[in-house]
Parts: sequence; C-alpha cells; structure tokens
Amino acid sequence: MGRTLQFEIFRYNPMDPNSKPRMQTYYLEEKENMTLFLALNEIRETLDPSLQFDFVCRAAVCGSCAMVINGRPGLACKTKTKDLPDKITLHPLPVFKLIGDLSVDTGIWFRGVAKKIEAWVHTNKTFDPNALEERMDNELANQIFELDRCIECGCCIAACGTARMREDFLGAATINRIARFYIDPRDERSDQEYYEVIGTDEGVFGCMGLLGCEDVCPRNIPLLDQIGIIRRKMAIASTGGKVGRLFSVFAKKKK
Amino acid sequence: MQTFYTDLLCIGGGLAGERVAVEAAQAGFDCIILSLVPPRRSHSCAAQGGMQAALGNCAMGEGDNPDIHFEDTVKGSDWGCDQEVARLFADTAPIVMRELAFWGVPWNRVVPGPATYFKGGQKFEVYEKEEKAGLITARAFGGTAKWRTCYTSDGTGHCVLYTLDSKVLELGVKIHDRVEALSLIHDGENCFGVVARSLRTGELLVYFAKAVLIATGGYGRLYKHTTNAVINQGTGLILALDTGIVPLGNMEAVQFHPTGIVPTDILVTEGCRGDGGTLLDKNGYRFMPDYEPEKAELASRDVVSRRMTEHMRKGFGVKSPYGEHLWLDIRHLGEKHITTKLREVYDICQNFLGINPVHELIPVRPTQHYSMGGVRTNKDGAAYGLKGLFAAGEAACWDLHGFNRLGGNSLAETVVAGRIVGAKIVEFLKGYEVDIKTQYATAEVKKQEERINELKSKQGRENVYQLRNEMQEIMMEKVGIFRNEKDLQEAVNRLQELLDRSKNLGLVSDGIGANPELAEALRLPGMIKVALCIAYGALQRKESRGAHYREDYPYRNDKEWLNRTLAYWEEGADLPTLKYEPASKVFYLPPGDRGYGEGKVIPKDDNTEEKE
Repeated sequence: MGRTLQFEIFRYNPMDPNSKPRMQTYYLEEKENMTLFLALNEIRETLDPSLQFDFVCRAAVCGSCAMVINGRPGLACKTKTKDLPDKITLHPLPVFKLIGDLSVDTGIWFRGVAKKIEAWVHTNKTFDPNALEERMDNELANQIFELDRCIECGCCIAACGTARMREDFLGAATINRIARFYIDPRDERSDQEYYEVIGTDEGVFGCMGLLGCEDVCPRNIPLLDQIGIIRRKMAIASTGGKVGRLFSVFAKKKK
Repeated sequence: MQTFYTDLLCIGGGLAGERVAVEAAQAGFDCIILSLVPPRRSHSCAAQGGMQAALGNCAMGEGDNPDIHFEDTVKGSDWGCDQEVARLFADTAPIVMRELAFWGVPWNRVVPGPATYFKGGQKFEVYEKEEKAGLITARAFGGTAKWRTCYTSDGTGHCVLYTLDSKVLELGVKIHDRVEALSLIHDGENCFGVVARSLRTGELLVYFAKAVLIATGGYGRLYKHTTNAVINQGTGLILALDTGIVPLGNMEAVQFHPTGIVPTDILVTEGCRGDGGTLLDKNGYRFMPDYEPEKAELASRDVVSRRMTEHMRKGFGVKSPYGEHLWLDIRHLGEKHITTKLREVYDICQNFLGINPVHELIPVRPTQHYSMGGVRTNKDGAAYGLKGLFAAGEAACWDLHGFNRLGGNSLAETVVAGRIVGAKIVEFLKGYEVDIKTQYATAEVKKQEERINELKSKQGRENVYQLRNEMQEIMMEKVGIFRNEKDLQEAVNRLQELLDRSKNLGLVSDGIGANPELAEALRLPGMIKVALCIAYGALQRKESRGAHYREDYPYRNDKEWLNRTLAYWEEGADLPTLKYEPASKVFYLPPGDRGYGEGKVIPKDDNTEEKE
C-alpha cells in the first residue's frame, strides 16, 4: 500500500463536437483490495464525473467491463491494482463501436453475430406442458453448461488477429456458441445446416490460429479446442460426410 | 424526437422482462424491450443458485408436490404473501422448468445410483432411482421441506437468461439496450408509454405502447452494502411512484442475504449451505444449531441473517478493517465439489478475496439482497391504478414473497410470473385499442427537458454522489436487519432532508451526450423517494414479520398487521401516503407457526392461544 497510482485513460466523447481522442492522466491513492472497479468509480465520483465506463455485476459474471488494461484485454472488475504496476493505461476494446471513453457497444455486436448463426435451439417439436421433460445424461448437461459459460465480454474478439483484419469475422466466442448448440441434441440442425452458417472464411475457416482468444478468456473456456472441433466437423460436412468415414477408420486403426 | 410504437413495451431485459416478451411475441404481438444494458448483462445473469419447482425427481425431493411448495412459500413469507398467487406459482413452476429445458437450458439431471451428500457438515448417502435417470434434479435451499431447487451448476441465472434471450432473438423481439425510461406517459387512467433517455447519445426518446411492463428488478443500490448489480437502483419503481396513483407494496420488506463476502459484498450462493456448508464464529464454533436446532444454517434467510447479527452482537464476530463478519466453511465438501458445482464461489473467492475455499474460510456477513416489495399488482400482474401498466419479477409486488422470500423462489418467480403475466397481457392486448393522447407525451418530454437543462445549467450546489452516498449510509445503518422507532424516525427525517437537498442538484461535468453524472442526477430524487417508502413503511409497521424485524415490537401481530402496505406518492409531498389492504383475500393456509425463527405471534383471533 501507500502507492500513488497513475492512470492514463483514453478519453473521447463522440457526442461532443469539441472532444478529441486523447489520453488523460489521473492520480489516485491505492487502497487495500482495490480493483479497477473501485478505482474507476473513485475517479468518476471525485475527479471527473464525465468519465464513461461500464460495470454491471462487478463480480466477473456479466461481461460488461472488458477493456484493454496495460495492453491486454481483461475484465476490469476482477483486476486488482496490486497486480499492476504504478502506471495503469486503460483503453476501450478495439473492434467494437465506441460509445465514449472506455465504453464500447459489445451488446449490439454479439446480437448481430447471434442472429447470423441463429443461436437458438432449432426444433420441429412443440412443447407439451403435460409431458415429462426429455431425459438427458447429466454428463452431457455439464458439457453443454461448460460451453454455455461464455459471458460474451468481447475479450477474445479484441485479442483476435483475424477480427482486427476482417470486420465480418465471427470470432471465437461465436464459434464456441455454435459448438454449444452443436453438441445439444435438442437442436436438430444437421451438419450441413451448421456448415451453411459457419463453414466460411468469416466463420470457422477464417481463424489463423494465433491463440490470442484463449489466452485472454476470463472464463478459461477452451476456445481453441472448440474451434478445432468445429473446424473438423465442418470440413467433414463439406465433403458430404465421406471424409468423415475415412477419419473414423483412421481413428479406429490408431487405437 | 424519435418516436416508437409497439404493442408491448417491456422495461427491463432480465428474466422477467424477457419471459413476458416471449409470451407476447409467440402470440404475434409486436414487442420492444428497453434495457439499461444489453439484456444478457442484466442482474439475472448473476443468480447462481437455482429455481424452485416441485418436480420431485431427486431422492431428497421424493414425494414433493406443489402443495408442499405452496406451504413452504407461505411459511417463508411469514403469512405476508398473497396465497392465491403462491398457489398459482407453485402449480405452474414445474411446467415452466420443463419448458425452459425444451428451449435449451442445460439443467443438471438425476444420476441413478448411490450418491453422497452433505447436510450441516455431515456426510450421508442416498440412492437415486433408476426410473428418474436423466430427469431434472434439484438441490437443497433454505426454508424448504424437500430438495426442490433446479440448477445448472452455479450458473442458473446465466443459463436461463441466455436461453430466454435466444428465444427473444428467434422471435424477433426488438431490443433497445442502453435506454433508460424516465417517466410514464399516462392520463391518470390509461398508460400510453414512456419518455426515455438514450444512454448512448443522451437524447430523449418517446415510446408509445398499448401495454407497458415494469420488470426492472430490485433497488439494492439504495443500500451501502448490497449484493445487487450497480444498475439495481429501483428505476422502474420510480416510474410507478411518480404517477401518484400507482402504489408500491410492502416496501419495508427487504431481504438480507446471510452470505455476502467481506468487503466487496458479492454474493456467494445459498447453494453453499444447501450443499452442506456451515457458519462459524471467531472461535471456529458452529453456532447456528444452538439457535435453530432443526434447520440450523438452512432456516429461511431472514432468520439466519438475524441469528448471525445476534451472534456478532454477543461478541463472537471476527473483527476486520471492513467491520465484523463470520465465516462460511465449505472445506469439507472437497475440491471436486467446490470446483465444479460451486465453481462460481471458488472463482469469486480467488478473484475478489485471494483465498482458496478448498482450504480456507470465507468471510461473510448479512448483506442487502432482495426487495420483496415493488409495484403492486393483482394476480394477473396488472398494476393498481393505471390500465395498461403491468409489472413482473423483483420489481413487482405480485405478491409471492410477503415479508421474506425463500432462496430459489425469486429466480423461479421471474420466469413463472413471466409466463403467467405474459399470458394475461396477451389476453389484454387481444382486441384492445387505446386512444393515445400525445399531449401527455409532449408535456412529459418538456418536463424532462427542463430537468436536464436545469442540471446542466450548474446552478444547483449539491453533489449527486455525495447525496447518494449519504442516502446509502442512512439506509444501511437505520433501516437494516434490526429496526426500532428511534432509528427509523431519524432515517425518515434525514431522508426528507436529502430529498429537499436533491432539488438543488448541480452537475460538476458538462452533461454532454451519454454523461453518467447526469443519468445519476436524474435518478437520485426518485431513489430517495423509494428509500422513504421503505423507511416510513418500516416506521409505521409496529410488529415483526419475516425480514421486517422491530426490536421494539418483536411479535408478529396478526391481529393488527396481517396486511400489506401500499405507498403512494402525491405530487409535491415529502412523505408517501400509506394505505393498507389484507395480506391475502383467501387463506388456504391459516396463519400459524413457521417452524423456525423466533416464532412469537399475536394471533388474529383472541380466542386462540398465543403460540410460542
């Protein structure tokens, strides 16, 4: 304790014609158990009430507060100042539309890609309120939950080389979302139907394998595995399943 | 002025708002959701524990049915709930859980064979039946006779919210996120819509709708220490209160959760205790069985919170720079259980406390958690006083919870009420036409513009953050777990002063665009009014019921107080006007003993014996 922290924060208010993008410096006394959530609120309340940033749950489950912290995307709410040097530089996430200062429009972006991949359970059945639920193996429920844990904070998108180069890239979170529906038996889409929404360069074949996504994921979701699995499934689907049978023959021989 | 027209306008994009929207959209109605944040970031996503529904699939839930769920709920409410609503809720909950499963929620399922569980630190074994394999399973929560809480590990709220949001997307419901409703447009009889402010650009927007739903969640941020998200400022309640004709019900009923962590007030789920976690004092002694021999850590939340506070007052609290606390012990559950079924708890401990709960104790204390009160509605979810206005979820006083709600009942309420109220709104909308009187919108816009210009003019001298902090401290210190005449009167007086001072707010910053200081300044006077409804309602209620505990009136008084407070705010007033109505039109379960807690009751009928 006893440190004076120097914050360098990106400032720009697009709604103010006189505002120009710039870095602004603030100094704050560090306190015990201080997080960037506490620090940024203290700056707003005592030094600069115009400072824009987004927090909701402040418990690392809602995905609102992702920003670039000393060059690395992360959740501000769970970043402790004691883990950072005296000088802390904060930028808004790239890729997403800037609302102002550290606030970006991740909500609209994720809605857009969810619509593209039709991120919901596709079924021809209708719900029968009088029937028992369809049974599911608990292990499978847990596997779906593992992939459903993504909080769409946008860190993996901001850290993605492909997303920086091509605006239409769906990104790791979206491919993981597909993987979640892919393993869910309630979603009746065929491999071919999945192929149509994700078997492209803007989808799973656009990934350059730079690994940034998994490095920065605050939920530790195995994004690379999921991209790998979906890419393989989609490659098989693109051949109408023929290569898939070949793969499975190889797989058996290996054992 | 950008103006939007729709059939149903849902204010709030959490579980309740989205579930209602799904119902309306499925029936073919046009629907817009207004939300302060992208819907998936709503506070619903933070709910870890689960949803109560009497499915009776798991071994410890065997023999469960909606009757038992109903009884648990009424007892939990300390007979303050509307029993017709509790009945409706308990009957519908199982269907809603199955429907959510159908839509994609990965509920945990029954695994047949022998299973090991913990209760109060003790291991025991049960046998999960083969015939139930793969059906939705449940865990234990406080105040229930059976294991009834459906869950997806410790991410129930998250999973259900994402599933509902996927339905909303599929059905083409329009999402207007980062928009804050500032006031209702109405003519004293019909509700026509809202005037709102964009939190992207700062501009004012007008929404016209045949039906308006308030589903904005709780008001935890009126308190200094709350588990609630920072957006839970009671904004929807302010909309209703400002009409002068729509009352808020039972605002003095405020729940404190036994296990908020110290110092950041983040909740660790009741699942910890449900799964066998215990509470320890500064000597490492498990004290709850001394106070509550039968239910121990799993008595209802109001009781556990009071017992913890009582124990700390006796000098058994652990001192810390952030005040006294107790310990939550889940070490005996083992690493596998903690890192899978309670992983969120594990993560919170690691991220915010820097401790490992597999080996270390978790510092906890009772923390403001839930608002039983809210916009008073009938059992269809229709708000009192204005046609076309509805409310659901935590923002509503439907009234499922009375003076205390059971863990797992609120998360379930969001979707169960969402389904029921949604269906009633669909009924309401069919063939309904309303003459939208635009002059009321014009007047309301003008009023909001004037407020904004006045704040921007910087003539006021009061600082918004300072006033807000003062309000939060008053609420925490004077309107908390233990209440009394002197403190409550002082709270009311000081809140009235704050309300007066809030007329003189001025901005420090320029207020241009999506300025956060301006947004806070626009909310604050309304927040103080809501706080006054809580404090004044608590001052007037001279009894102890559920979470409302008066040290000077320790008995539950069914003779005089088996009723619900209705708080109205007349224009220009500096206090709410309180009225009362019977707690329930029907009493399927007559007032009696809860079976836990202090249990002192002044009965409704003088002829019956006083129950201890």
